[in-house]
Amino acid sequence: MPEIIVQSDTFDMGERLNRFAARQANAGAVVSFSGIVRDVATGDLDAMEIEHYPGMTEKALAKIADEAMSRWQLADAFILHRYGRMGQGETIMMVATASRHRADAFAAAEFLMDYLKSRAPFWKKEITGEGAAWVAARDEDEDALARWQQR
Amino acid sequence: MIELRYFAWLRERVGTGHETVETGATTVAELIEELKARDEGYAFAFSDLKAIRAAVDQDLVDLDAPIAGAREVAFFPPMTGG
Repeated sequence: MPEIIVQSDTFDMGERLNRFAARQANAGAVVSFSGIVRDVATGDLDAMEIEHYPGMTEKALAKIADEAMSRWQLADAFILHRYGRMGQGETIMMVATASRHRADAFAAAEFLMDYLKSRAPFWKKEITGEGAAWVAARDEDEDALARWQQR
Repeated sequence: MIELRYFAWLRERVGTGHETVETGATTVAELIEELKARDEGYAFAFSDLKAIRAAVDQDLVDLDAPIAGAREVAFFPPMTGG
């Protein structure tokens, strides 16, 4: 069963990854990805605020993780995503996958990220000296899903 | 009676995060038309349908999806997680 965590608190990605890897006695390959709050082009980001849809968020993430489990030979998957206010350099989210084969672990991690970006109900807002602005969805993010739909 | 939820800039433009409405609409799109007819704020919030996503009972759906028997319909802009 993939583990899904949605929280506002900060977390230690190293510790989370170690804990995940320690559970994978039958999988030789663990892949992880982390998203970190980066500065905006103008260089004056004060904070990032993430709104989400409690209830649907957990449901959508579980559905995405289950889909990954059925498409690839995965031993396990892990998704942690934060909401609320976070500062530059803070970790926003992470995914991890475990498999006997690294190709499956890599592909599934990428799939989780592509789907999570445009199918899980999170909305980012950047707060700068100029004020606050919602981050616009990028067409590339939607296009990224197309390659998984051909299978 | 159906519970409506709004998120991100849609919530800001509508002016509330949730409300309960009585509706004769049978699809999400019809519900949007009803809301748009209410006042300028709703009309503005829903002016660009390409920028609107919807969920019925917490499942993402297309705008032509039926809402018969739904408890909760949510509206929001394209998601930006990750």
